[in-house]
Amino acid sequence: MTQLFLEQALNGLQFGLMLFLLAAGLTLVFGIMDMINLAHGSLYMVGAYLAAAAAAASGSFVIGVLAAVAGTMAVGALLELAVLRRLYTRDHLSQVLATFALILIANEAVRMVWGDQPVMLNAPEALAGPVEIAGFSYPAFRLLIIAVGVLVALALYVAVTKTRVGMWVRAGASNREMTEALGINVKRLFTIVFAVGAGLCALAGAMLGPLLAVQVGMGESILILAFVVIVIGGIGSIRGALVGSLLVGVVDTLGRALLPWLLRSFLPGEVAAHLGPALAAILIYVLMAAILFWKPSGLFPARG
Amino acid sequence: MNSAIYRQSTRRRLLAAGVFTLLALLPPALQAFGQEFYISFAARVLIFALVATSLNFVVGFGGMVAFGHAAFFGAGAYTVAVLMEMGIASAFVSWPAAIAVAVLLAHGIGFVSLRTRGVYFIMITLAFAQMLYYLAISMKTWGGDDGLSLATRSGFGPLDLKHDPTFYWVALASLGLCLYLLDRITHARFGRVLQAIRENESRMEGLGYPVLGYKLLCFVIGAAMAGLAGALIANHGQLASPNLLQWTQSGTLLVMVIVGGVGALYGGAVGAVVLLLAEEVLAHYTTHWHAALGLILLLVVFRAPKGIAAWVHGLFARGEKHE
Repeated sequence: MTQLFLEQALNGLQFGLMLFLLAAGLTLVFGIMDMINLAHGSLYMVGAYLAAAAAAASGSFVIGVLAAVAGTMAVGALLELAVLRRLYTRDHLSQVLATFALILIANEAVRMVWGDQPVMLNAPEALAGPVEIAGFSYPAFRLLIIAVGVLVALALYVAVTKTRVGMWVRAGASNREMTEALGINVKRLFTIVFAVGAGLCALAGAMLGPLLAVQVGMGESILILAFVVIVIGGIGSIRGALVGSLLVGVVDTLGRALLPWLLRSFLPGEVAAHLGPALAAILIYVLMAAILFWKPSGLFPARG
Repeated sequence: MNSAIYRQSTRRRLLAAGVFTLLALLPPALQAFGQEFYISFAARVLIFALVATSLNFVVGFGGMVAFGHAAFFGAGAYTVAVLMEMGIASAFVSWPAAIAVAVLLAHGIGFVSLRTRGVYFIMITLAFAQMLYYLAISMKTWGGDDGLSLATRSGFGPLDLKHDPTFYWVALASLGLCLYLLDRITHARFGRVLQAIRENESRMEGLGYPVLGYKLLCFVIGAAMAGLAGALIANHGQLASPNLLQWTQSGTLLVMVIVGGVGALYGGAVGAVVLLLAEEVLAHYTTHWHAALGLILLLVVFRAPKGIAAWVHGLFARGEKHE
């Protein structure tokens, strides 16, 4: 039992950290520019495909990841300059429509280049097996994901809270007009934030690629989770995104593993077998609805 | 002043009556050209026009950007399918039941969701719709992932819904009835108050209006019409599919509303017709029609920012000024 619980807790942590990579960019875009970007999940998909292509071409997973991050950052910056920049002053509904259109275009573009079939992205061979930690074994590649996630989260935390650019970003998130009035070039700042957000998406896509399928539409399912995360955390707040990601990752993973087992202990097996998976899938949405019921603007509201 | 408004609305009603007469003549016209296949497609378009119209009432007139409208659409469909499974096939029982289920759901969801605002409202409505979606796919007795199929179409008194033109006319009548009701509602006191709340909520609250009650009722009316559309769509494909509940469905409906024109009475219907026709036509010419559709939507965002209904209206208004 402890073995299962520990393993699932680690899986939850790993999933939460990857969600954080997506949510961090999304929450900043949302917080600073008040822009709903549904196409954020498409950048994650593009990142995963670029990683698969580069890894296949070079034979190295690391090169694949690096190329994906660089390539997706370029795509993100280009997208921001060409389309998204014109949408900041528009209402949320126009942003929803435009970025929905971008999803359609991105999905079709990927389909044209790579086809309908899922693409293979393999974890590096050295990390393919499990490792022993304190008497129980855990896949090495998942440990690497956790390590990368923790490192990036720390780096992001330092960048946002300790550097000058980070200060601008926080200032922009809490009051954009005032920040502009103080002489900060928010437009350029935003292109940078968007490119970094795209890079983080690509990193998440490349790291999760070997675990999940690299396929068209992979961005949409995770996009909703990323939105759940930033709404729970409070839009525009990096700290909120981190707490929200870990909460969603752990609750979702543990719920799926433990709820059916918990239900079996006091319900007849037949009912528990039906109810368990349903409740587990619903759990994070119940969590979000409950949090919004008691804290209608998330756990850590960025705007004062 | 009053007579001008009256004249204008008479002209508009005449125009609407004309359009509906033409639409009613569509099935025989299609049969005359040997294109019966398209009658079923046209019925589908009408059903989506209905559900998009109901969403437009909530978004455009109530000012609530609901991202979970699929919940009521799907709930209506599942109600009809489940009742049929239990042996109740009469539309006079199962369609009102579909509406009732949607209304009950909307009361619960609206009561909790209306505490939040803006993006948080968008997300909490989405959350409730997702809960229903996962509930539907995990209920093995309701078909799980595959959905619940209907043995036959609902019985509708002397009318045979299995006859495609009849089904089309029933769908058209439902859409016409709902549009008429919404036209009356938006011009009545309730509708005026609702639009005033959309423009300035705190002022209306200060004037002593029970803002929350008005918004909740608007949300519920929209859901009721979506429930009816759900009952129709379940009959149309003889299937209540979990896809009806998925968030992409809510997204598509919202896109229809925005494309057609938020807050225009016919906006939802126009958007549904344009989007579904564009899909059908583009898919005919290229397998990469998603990309083409995306480009068209971008064009709408940048060229017709208030939607096609407003854009067309603007073209006419400009024309009149030049006369």
